[in-house]
Amino acid sequence: MSLEKKIRNFLQGPRKGETFELKNGLVSQYKHERKDAIQRVIQAMTVGKDVSALFPDVLKNIATYDIEQKKLVYLYLMNYAKTHPELCILAVNTFVQDTEDPNPLIRALAIRTMGCIRVSKMVDYMEIPLSRTLSDDNPYVRKTAALCVAKLFDLNPEMCIEYGFLENLKKLINDSNPMVVANALSALYEIRDMKEHIPGFEDLDVFTTNETVIKNLLLCLNECTEWGRITILTTLNDYQTDNQEELIHIIERIVPQLQHVNPSVVLSSIKAIIHHLDALRNQEMKESILRKLSAPLVSLVSNSIPEAQYVGLKNIRIILEKYPTVLSKELRVFFIKYSDPLYLKLEKLEIMIRLSNDLNVKLLLGELKEYAMEFEPSLVSKAIKCIGSVAIKLQSCTVKSVNLLCTLIDQRGGDLIINESLGVLINILRRYPGKNDLITLIVPVISNHINGIEDNNDTLSGYIWCLGEYPKYFQNTETLENLTLFVDDFLNYDSTIQLNLLNTIVKINLTNNNTYSNLLQKVLELATQGCENADVRDKAYIYWRLLSSDDTASQQKIISHKLPPINTTISSFNPNVLESLIDELSTVSSVYHKPASTFIDKNAYTRPSGASIPGSSKVKGSSNGGKGGIEDLTTMAKQEIINNAKNENLLDFDDDETDDTSSFNANGGSNGGRTSVLDDLNDLFAAIPQQQQEQQKQQPLNIPKGSNSDILSLFDQQPASSSNKPANKQSGNVNNDLLDLF
Amino acid sequence: MASQIHFLDIKGKPLLSRDYKGDIPNNTIDKFPLLLMENEDQDNNEDYKPFINSQGINYVYISHNNLYLCALTKKNENVMAIIIFLGKLIEVLTQYFKSLEEESIRDNFVIIYELLDEMMDYGCPQTTDTKILKQYITQDYYKLIRQTSASSRTMVQPPNAVTNAVSWRNDGIVYKKNEAFLDVIESINMLINANGQVLNSEILGQIKIKSNLSGMPDLRLGLNDKNIFNISGHGSDAAESGATAGAAGATGKGIEMEDIKFHQCVRLSKFENERIITFIPPDGEFQLMSYRLSSAQFLMKPLILVNCKTKVHKHSRIEILCSVKAQIKKKSTANNVEVIIPIPEDADTPKFTPEYGTVKWYPERSEVVWKLKTFPGGKQFHMKAELGLPAVMDQEEIFSSKKPIKVKFNIPYFTTSGIQVRYLRINEPKLQYQSYPWVRYITQSGEDYTVRMK
Repeated sequence: MSLEKKIRNFLQGPRKGETFELKNGLVSQYKHERKDAIQRVIQAMTVGKDVSALFPDVLKNIATYDIEQKKLVYLYLMNYAKTHPELCILAVNTFVQDTEDPNPLIRALAIRTMGCIRVSKMVDYMEIPLSRTLSDDNPYVRKTAALCVAKLFDLNPEMCIEYGFLENLKKLINDSNPMVVANALSALYEIRDMKEHIPGFEDLDVFTTNETVIKNLLLCLNECTEWGRITILTTLNDYQTDNQEELIHIIERIVPQLQHVNPSVVLSSIKAIIHHLDALRNQEMKESILRKLSAPLVSLVSNSIPEAQYVGLKNIRIILEKYPTVLSKELRVFFIKYSDPLYLKLEKLEIMIRLSNDLNVKLLLGELKEYAMEFEPSLVSKAIKCIGSVAIKLQSCTVKSVNLLCTLIDQRGGDLIINESLGVLINILRRYPGKNDLITLIVPVISNHINGIEDNNDTLSGYIWCLGEYPKYFQNTETLENLTLFVDDFLNYDSTIQLNLLNTIVKINLTNNNTYSNLLQKVLELATQGCENADVRDKAYIYWRLLSSDDTASQQKIISHKLPPINTTISSFNPNVLESLIDELSTVSSVYHKPASTFIDKNAYTRPSGASIPGSSKVKGSSNGGKGGIEDLTTMAKQEIINNAKNENLLDFDDDETDDTSSFNANGGSNGGRTSVLDDLNDLFAAIPQQQQEQQKQQPLNIPKGSNSDILSLFDQQPASSSNKPANKQSGNVNNDLLDLF
Repeated sequence: MASQIHFLDIKGKPLLSRDYKGDIPNNTIDKFPLLLMENEDQDNNEDYKPFINSQGINYVYISHNNLYLCALTKKNENVMAIIIFLGKLIEVLTQYFKSLEEESIRDNFVIIYELLDEMMDYGCPQTTDTKILKQYITQDYYKLIRQTSASSRTMVQPPNAVTNAVSWRNDGIVYKKNEAFLDVIESINMLINANGQVLNSEILGQIKIKSNLSGMPDLRLGLNDKNIFNISGHGSDAAESGATAGAAGATGKGIEMEDIKFHQCVRLSKFENERIITFIPPDGEFQLMSYRLSSAQFLMKPLILVNCKTKVHKHSRIEILCSVKAQIKKKSTANNVEVIIPIPEDADTPKFTPEYGTVKWYPERSEVVWKLKTFPGGKQFHMKAELGLPAVMDQEEIFSSKKPIKVKFNIPYFTTSGIQVRYLRINEPKLQYQSYPWVRYITQSGEDYTVRMK
């Protein structure tokens, strides 16, 4: 074999195998063989095989009248254009020709595919076809071309503007065809999001809505496909107006959409209506519109796939927070169906407890009991927690709920039920402190069942707290026995239990005239010497020092200070978070209950308005200024709170934040107040274990709302107090605010 | 909206993918199986959610027949729309292939690509109506070649409907006999506790139309009571006007029709303002409207009442006593009644003594199904079943799963809510043909007609 032949063979590639066969098929002289080969190539591509080597051969088949074949070749091109950018140019001719084809389907196909071939050289050839298709007679082609403008902007923004495509696109908003309008809007949104990240284009004026545009959109709304409606509704949602007449007109036009069969249209309509409701001044009208929202909200959970129902429920939770009464009569709709997937069941429970009121609580408790008898553990434990939440929310049903929990323990029993029920019962005690009848009802149940519980931190620490808080109701022997057991094992327990144990022993010793002094000595020694946790150690030292002082009055006052009662165990959003969540209804952030800025990559997305979230650079820049610094701190704090937005996480930020603030707090305290500050200090520390415990249960007290405003007011007050630090009253206030946090 | 859409098998391996935007790397989806596992493993499924957020990318997915459909996006997009779109995608593909599973995806990838292209462009949903799509995305491949080789002029064109204001109907439809069939179907969902009390009940009603009409007919539907809609439109007035709407309610009380949903062909603004249902129907079968009645006020007793007692004899056998009563008008009959009773998984050697009908044991589903073909109103029947229990178990554990009894039935010529069609006017301005509307009523059990076990 000569060298020449060898080289030729090498260049021609292998003579057998799949690739060879496909290659042969692609250049076959028979039409159907070629088409069959293309199909097989696409199949190989779908499975993940690399068939890019066949690029030239596939490309040969692009010029065909068979639209199916054309589609397949185009599909191949889109996938492998990047590997053969030079060869793509060979296809340009066909593309350009196709945009002149008499068949609109082919014209649209060509321009759609051209945009999807993300090769920079291709862009140079797009000018003529794109401008031609943008003004095509056929709306199907126009709507495809509209989106192509966004694709072009992505590839080459300079060119997109230079050739006036952006302007043309804007004109399409007034197109006679509603689908074209909707796609033009979508394309403009894409461009608006993209320009933020392209240097030099940040200030590009993409799209402004005004009265006439809105009027046109309102007309289109009724004639559009469901997806177009969503786009238009989004635009209506972003539009701000203060003109009452216009506002009413907009809302009136949106209201019929609430009856659309597509849940995402319904939710987008609800979102737009809620958005405009704030600006509406006519109170009566506002109410009547709100009433109209109830049925559509219910429809979100009544008939669609479970995943969509779940999104609906998550959004309902946000809306309920803003308008708590909007669904007050609809409790039954949220009853769990046997066939619901678990995540749906759990979310329905969340809604149910928020809808509970004095009228429906009897029904609700009956339902919750049924759920507590189910077999999925997480549903059972959630149902029991919900019984507790309802008992804490509505005073009228507390006794009933307690009895219900007792029956559950007796009838069904089992570790899970007892564990959860005891935890809930202790929480109920904390809601109504010092109520004799409740205590006599609950305490025996707790002491009867506590022995079975070994590894549940929450319930155990709750029990320990009870021992210290209500020693009279327990038998002395039981208290002593159990506390001794706990102390013997002190170092093996979780810090939550350790802290509570410290608290309780100190407290019980003080109220019982030092009968437990042995235990006290032991526990203080263990905590200060053997314990690794700094919180526990510090707390032990504080108690020790306090107890060694002679001031018995302050000892009494500090140690026997009561915990503040729990107001609710139903979590809620803080106002800042709620505000941004309402703005982001039906988006991804609505299902995580986190504002977009906390989890969306900033490079992928920026808020269209831009103003609402201050850039971090600004904060850094002016932090040295006096007043400006405080303002920045406030914004930073706000940002921090938003970042910690997820309710469960709210408590987390004391990991890094409270440490700072409490040290500041201690400074202020030592300078200033005597008893009052100490008092507060005690409160602060007494609260920590309990609070941590709550945190583990992921069932925060009503902290969110209060806490943030308090933290914020802390910063608001800072200018005054920092100028005159030792001022008693000021720092007292600050402390109070901080303490309310817990 | 979505940057990529993937079809994945039960393990999360991609079967077919389509990248719309190119802003997310192609191999991102490879992480999905891992994320899926993490998501499902967490604490006994407790935190399972149809969304995952990982490294700035949102995976939004729904599952169907051992398949996952997953959309990826980097931005804070409208997640409801994405999920509904994925649901629609399943719907369309199911209508194309009869059933959508791994096999049908592998067999039909070409047409799926085509559909994906037509249904979404650059992440924006476009056309999701199967009837329209079927007009230009034709499944039969080879037929098309013959056509095109004969004359390249008669190529498929995008139907005008794709972009028309009337996007659901093409012009030029001709029928010899112009007929419209109307079905009023009410599905009853009911939750009944062991004592026969109704805990929750709802009627899911739908009006289906099969239209065999020529041209562009304009239809107008009249229902028996206008007040029905007045109530729904202004929820607050329900109490007052409820009394006047009395005639509509089956027991003389007003009915509160909630969340009425219309097919996109109904002119929503006309309905909102004048309470008139007018529309140009799509060709063939479609669902015109659906409504929901939370029927607590007037559906106090179950239509089919089931009473079931189980006795477990120590470790040896289980005895089931069941009675069924049809609490409907004497004149009506319930058809194909099925009472599905859950039994312990390891039960065997069944012995049934039904008073009427047949009883069958389905060991693979751990169920006993009692079938009664026709069930006249007001009658009551009993059934006794005995099954052996080989394994030793605590009595309590046997029924710990607490699966409820399910009941299936349908009752023709009867609507529970009392809704009636007064007229269906058909008017085709150009053709002016004579047409015949037909109406049928049926009440049936919904997905969730369940009776809790004691």
